[in-house]
Amino acid sequence: MRSCNLAAGALAALVVTALGLGTAVSQSTSRKPHFGKPISQADLAAWDIDIRTSDGKGLPQGKGTVAEGKALFAQQCVACHGDAAKGGPMYGSMVGGIGSFTTNARVLTPGSMYPYAPILFDYIRRTMPMTAPQSLTNDQVYALSAYILNLNGLIAENAVMDAASLTKVMMPNRNGFVVDNRPDTTAKRCMANC
Amino acid sequence: MSRKEKAPGASSRGATLKESSHIHSQDRRSFLRGGTLLAGATVASAAGLTGARAQRLEIPPSGKEMGHIIEAEAYGMPSKFEAKVKRRRTDVLVNKQNWSDWSMTPLQSQLGIVTPNGLFFERHHAGVPDIDPDHHVLVIHGMVKQPLKFSMSDLMRYPSVSKFHFLECSGNGLTDWTKAASKTVQQSHGLLSCAQWTGVPLATLLDEAGVDPAAKWALFEGADGSTHARSIPMDKVLADTLLVWGQNGEMLRPEQGYPLRAFVPGWEGNVSVKWLRRVKIGDQPWHLRSETARYTDPMPEGKWRQFSFMMECKSVITRPSGGMKLQGPGSYEIEGFAWSGNGSIKAVDVTLDGGKNWREARLEEPALDKCLTRFRYTWNWDGGPAKIASRAVDSTGYVQPTVSDIAKARALVGFVQHHNGVFPWSIGQDGEVKNAIV
Ligand code: HEC
Repeated sequence: MRSCNLAAGALAALVVTALGLGTAVSQSTSRKPHFGKPISQADLAAWDIDIRTSDGKGLPQGKGTVAEGKALFAQQCVACHGDAAKGGPMYGSMVGGIGSFTTNARVLTPGSMYPYAPILFDYIRRTMPMTAPQSLTNDQVYALSAYILNLNGLIAENAVMDAASLTKVMMPNRNGFVVDNRPDTTAKRCMANC
Repeated sequence: MSRKEKAPGASSRGATLKESSHIHSQDRRSFLRGGTLLAGATVASAAGLTGARAQRLEIPPSGKEMGHIIEAEAYGMPSKFEAKVKRRRTDVLVNKQNWSDWSMTPLQSQLGIVTPNGLFFERHHAGVPDIDPDHHVLVIHGMVKQPLKFSMSDLMRYPSVSKFHFLECSGNGLTDWTKAASKTVQQSHGLLSCAQWTGVPLATLLDEAGVDPAAKWALFEGADGSTHARSIPMDKVLADTLLVWGQNGEMLRPEQGYPLRAFVPGWEGNVSVKWLRRVKIGDQPWHLRSETARYTDPMPEGKWRQFSFMMECKSVITRPSGGMKLQGPGSYEIEGFAWSGNGSIKAVDVTLDGGKNWREARLEEPALDKCLTRFRYTWNWDGGPAKIASRAVDSTGYVQPTVSDIAKARALVGFVQHHNGVFPWSIGQDGEVKNAIV
């Protein structure tokens, strides 16, 4: 008798648990999972390094000269990129090529190819020097951008690059891009005597 | 009993058997590598249709001894007889260094539609980082109501999906537009692989962060030494872009972005940013080096086509393919892959005469959306010179073009991306299979 009561009690408890679980499950499926944790702009500042290169949005404070860039390049870049960035053991030339795109030998360099000068800042800061990426100060990145632009004949030897002046440099390939127009072929499924 | 403890008497017979299995494996390995392709007919006659030569089967050594023990724990590796099946660094276009470089999948050896994780092609811009998943963080910010960060364990709590999709580098085939530079299909098409990807739709996380309705683009950025980044249109981000941690039933390999990568189905591999650390929402693209100076297509009049993300419908015959040799006239299975970033494969045609006449190949199930699909065609080779190629049609009705079709619309100069042209192999009277793109 007693054991019978106990069993009934246990059964009732089980039913309650099952019902409870049922409610919990249906609640959790009706509510979307939410596991992200808020983060402040200040806390993610070191990662927020992208530059919108068309208008320079995101370019930091700081500045650098061609001369400073030349000295830095000799220390940190020349081993891979060669003298005056004309090509080294790890990468080809980073100068010249302007005007080559209408020939059959297009020469791609920052000077000939980049539509916006802040691309240099964005790329050098995030990727170079390859052996120690993200180790340069903003002033150093401006200076190196200035040096490479000067080697390509796009700014004067005494130019100073900062957020405003870098954005204003007129790049020869500014209007060189078209949007994706594919499909650009119309092949037919010919089966015989094609 | 271990092999070393074997009775001396057994060793001489053991040696003979080992010798013969060595010969067998040589054949098998060169077959897989593409050295020899046996005709079904040749096999059939050698195996007994002639019936004259009696050769009694012996009990193989594997049946007369204990095998290897089950290790207490192990990560299983392929048979030692498959050692030649490797992904290989590009050797047609040799880079000056091997950090920003690529390696290619041996498509000629791939069975089925799934590329084994150890053979999946690679493309990195500053080598492969080793990232501790316990310390990996993903941030979503920019034009959102609430910037959020996620740990890997946060991300893996979301309801996940698992999808089969191909991944192809936009540079696949760039050496073989106007000259037959590659010998093998691994070199000409090996920047292509396919896997089952497990992760969470990025739309789920963006919903949680609350995207500004004016948002049009997202930036994906990696945590590797190149901090590689790309701009992706919001439409695609919300449609089917995944953040994945799983590949073919296990966590991503380090070289595939461990512990987290973006996966953008059907689009050029470069946008499926690996080691993903940041998603920033904006209203314009960023025009980074990776989407201006690189990953753009040369067009007539000195122009460049930008944001050409789609990997259009394409196919290639993987067997027989470059470097293989047919062993005399007879019946051969022509096999290959077809795929499209725009949908599924509807049909594949095969030509045996260099494109004059075409016949429909058989598609092997499954033929999934944005996924490698196998085709086959049984060919009775008469032993004469032939030129074989495949041509795929996808679910949008798009027909794979030839290189000359493409040349009418684009400028084929320099390192040209997005080669989805029909790719012919020539077969000589000696059975040698060669790249015949020109
Ligand atoms: C260890 C060798 C190495 C060092 C050191 C190095 N680079 Fe590079 N750099 C490379 C390689 C390799 C690439 C091409 C990477 C790629 O395309 O993925 C490159 C690319 C570049 C580019 C892009 C070129 C283009 O055509 O778009 C710029 C700009 C650049 N480096 C600047 C620098 C600067 C500035 C420094 C010194 C602070 C530097 N690099 C140091 C190896 C190096």
